[in-house]
Amino acid sequence: MPKDSGIGASSKRREDVRFLTGSGNYTDDINVRGQAYVYFLRSDIAHGRINSIDTSDAESMPGVVRVFTGKDFEGVGGLPCGWEVADRHGAPMQEPPHPILAQGKVRHVGDPIAAVVADSLEQARDAAEAIAFDIEELPTVTDMKAAAQEGSVKVHDDLKNNICYDWMLGEADNAKVDEVFANAAHVTTLELTNNRLVANPMEPRVCVAEYSRGTDEYTLYTTSQNPHVIRLLMCAFVLGLPEHKVRVVAPDVGGGFGSKIFHYAEEAFCTFAAKACNRPVKWTSSRSEAFLSDAQGRDHVTTIQLALDAQNNFIGLRTDTYANLGAYLSTFSSSVPTWLHGTLMAGNYKTPVIQVNVKAMFTNTVPVDAYRGAGRPEATFQLERVIDKAARELGVDPIALRRQNFITQFPYDTPVALTYDTGDYNGTMDKLEAAADLAGFAARRAQSEANGKLRGLGINCYIEACGIAPSNIVGMLGARAGLYDAATVRVNATGSISVMVGAHSHGQGHETAFPQVVAEMIGIDESMVEIVHGDTSKIPFGMGTYGSRSLAVCGSAMVKATEKVIDKAKKIAAHLLEASEADIELKDGQFTVAGTDKSVAWGDVTLTAYVPHNFPLEVEPGLEETAFYDPANFTFPAGAYACEVEVDPETGKVTIERFTAADDFGNIINPMIVDGQVHGGIGQGIGQALLENCVYDENGQLLSASYMDYAMPRADDVPFYTVDHSSRTPCTHNPLGVKGCGEAGAIGSPPAVVNAVIDALHSGGKKVEHIDMPVSPSRVWAAMNG
Amino acid sequence: MTQVSMTVNGKSVSGDVEGRTLLSSFLRDHLSLTGTHVGCDTGQCGACVVHVDGEAVKSCNMLALEADGAEVGTIEGQANADGSLNVIQQAFQDHHGLQCGFCTPGMVMSAAALLKDNPRPTETEIREYLEGNICRCTGYHNIVKAIMAASGQDVGAIAAE
Repeated sequence: MPKDSGIGASSKRREDVRFLTGSGNYTDDINVRGQAYVYFLRSDIAHGRINSIDTSDAESMPGVVRVFTGKDFEGVGGLPCGWEVADRHGAPMQEPPHPILAQGKVRHVGDPIAAVVADSLEQARDAAEAIAFDIEELPTVTDMKAAAQEGSVKVHDDLKNNICYDWMLGEADNAKVDEVFANAAHVTTLELTNNRLVANPMEPRVCVAEYSRGTDEYTLYTTSQNPHVIRLLMCAFVLGLPEHKVRVVAPDVGGGFGSKIFHYAEEAFCTFAAKACNRPVKWTSSRSEAFLSDAQGRDHVTTIQLALDAQNNFIGLRTDTYANLGAYLSTFSSSVPTWLHGTLMAGNYKTPVIQVNVKAMFTNTVPVDAYRGAGRPEATFQLERVIDKAARELGVDPIALRRQNFITQFPYDTPVALTYDTGDYNGTMDKLEAAADLAGFAARRAQSEANGKLRGLGINCYIEACGIAPSNIVGMLGARAGLYDAATVRVNATGSISVMVGAHSHGQGHETAFPQVVAEMIGIDESMVEIVHGDTSKIPFGMGTYGSRSLAVCGSAMVKATEKVIDKAKKIAAHLLEASEADIELKDGQFTVAGTDKSVAWGDVTLTAYVPHNFPLEVEPGLEETAFYDPANFTFPAGAYACEVEVDPETGKVTIERFTAADDFGNIINPMIVDGQVHGGIGQGIGQALLENCVYDENGQLLSASYMDYAMPRADDVPFYTVDHSSRTPCTHNPLGVKGCGEAGAIGSPPAVVNAVIDALHSGGKKVEHIDMPVSPSRVWAAMNG
Repeated sequence: MTQVSMTVNGKSVSGDVEGRTLLSSFLRDHLSLTGTHVGCDTGQCGACVVHVDGEAVKSCNMLALEADGAEVGTIEGQANADGSLNVIQQAFQDHHGLQCGFCTPGMVMSAAALLKDNPRPTETEIREYLEGNICRCTGYHNIVKAIMAASGQDVGAIAAE
């Protein structure tokens, strides 16, 4: 029987009521008395030298409060990068400055040149048109392989070239890798692109900043996944403000998918301008502006080689990737193609020798950073595509080839720096085969063929490293932050509980799922527990939500804090019951003395904690505990996905007919929410595979800069999905045994779609080896007829 | 500035607007009805869908002055008289048809317009009708399911797990 409350129950989301009635409180819904509006004048060329900017006409326009340029920010820091990656020879990455407003040069279309603060947005926009500037257009470089060439146009004049780093992981000895490949019975090689994407949360970014001269305090409301991270970076590295004088609030946030992790120039600008203008200021991004200023995702070009022995065992893997970082280093950009990508190249397989090389480039494009999955989709795509190609070349069943090479013993040390704690890849594949009705595929293919369509089946596996991350490990790898999280469990006198968490919910349903855990531990109704998040003045210092970490890391902190609360409550109960603390048991909200009928209710104990008339002398009054939790390892969700497509041979149009996901997320708190997370990830993965593409022309102009040109998946592009998460190997090192589910769908689905398309084409006699994403009708048609 | 008057969620309202003021801006900035969201600037995303004289309209694609004298319905007016969720809203909650909630007002308003014209739409009809509403969170699965459920159809057979 499914549970109706607590851990494992599909509790309905309490936050839905406000969202369904228009009562949400998103950042753009916040208006502060007297606020002025910010409009950023952004570069319309991709690369240019700023000779002069004249703001005098603009300053005299109606309603203008002040006009800012890069000169106003010469005294403050630039936007920091949070991860220093060392190159293969040990040298630190090249790390150019990232000013709040452009200084000296503009380096991508959308780079902010100036900002106007005015009484109304219209006045600010009108005044921006009156800014006179002389920007000398320079040649651009947008292609990452071209950027790597000696003599290329340099994005940053002060760097020695455009190569941020040339990084290596795994077997460093080329000769050893060469020997493995020389001795292989078969080598499969694949060149592929992982297309650049735009995260596109439906809520564009917004900042509202205010400053009080009376108290010298700032408040920044911002669309962020991690308000404490924003406060720390902005205060310590950019503006030089004391953290305790700055409050950062991320209220209801309309989706993030990674793009709202990063500290953006607009946040620092608005905070700075609120004081400089002595007026609250507000900036609301338009969607067009979002395409030019939100960090983008993916954008890798890879050559991967898989070596197999005569028995089809994987014996070696070598992969060389060019990663496009854009014009500047966004907050976590450097870690994505490296530690979040190279470390996943073992996938679900016991390949003994792996060599990963990544060259990361600066180009005249919008900065690239983490987008749902962040490095792991890029790893999964290349690995699962090359395995599929190998199976086809060898004439073996793609599932059998995968099963033969699965890791089956845990813990497992990969050759690329990770230790998988647990998993059951065969068991998960069994679930997929049943849930996807693979046995019925032949009949469905025959039916499609009778209708004049080609039908293909694509299978793939994935593994991801989530629950980011053990601070000591990431510290060794160059992270400039710890990646623990924190929770404070504040029990009120009447027994209700406020839990202040570092995690941030921007669609994940924390307000519902987190109370399920606390309520279960104490045995009280979920409605007695409330989650507080998103406000640095209310929550302990936590690192926020990304990397499928909320429950695994912050949830673990919450469990620890709740355990501390229960331990203290037991002391109080023991006193009230005149029993030994060791004999006190807590069940269903009642403290009982083991083996007796003596009991005291949760509410009586909590009231006693705050009205301590009859109280143990050695115990402090009150009932509130904080815990920080730093994970011992990453978590390793894994799964197997199946996609069935139909291809119209006349037009090349691909239709997703069936999509099945079998995931192992370990233990699950709220199955309904987990299903929803997987659905959403698959939707984005199908978007990457079939529709979405962020394209620049050779001059660095973004050609896909609106929803007219960037093809977002719509309701009629996707089917109903079948989701199975009954394969469960609980995480061995966190108290809930949870692994995280937020990114799986986006990681696991693109290769399944492309594998299915290739399979369909082969079934029609078209020996197409690969089609790059998005697998658009024109590309499919060209591949079939090329 | 020109005065504009209309009925919003059954209440007469008026305000002075510029000729270029969009209906979405009038609702959000003049009337503080911030449930109507603006997610793009090309009329594509549908987060701003409201009802104007009973028809679903993207309020970012209509000037406030064009709505002069109209009956406008927004997400804030959708709940039942006692404040409880209406059938569509309740179905969205029951079937987890929303995550971040940003596209949700537009989705609910579009769904209401669809069901008014087509009380028992098929899955295909729902998906086609929602062409103008983008959701980035749900992969649409539970939105389609919720609308089918709101129209009284049995969704138990739609695989979730």
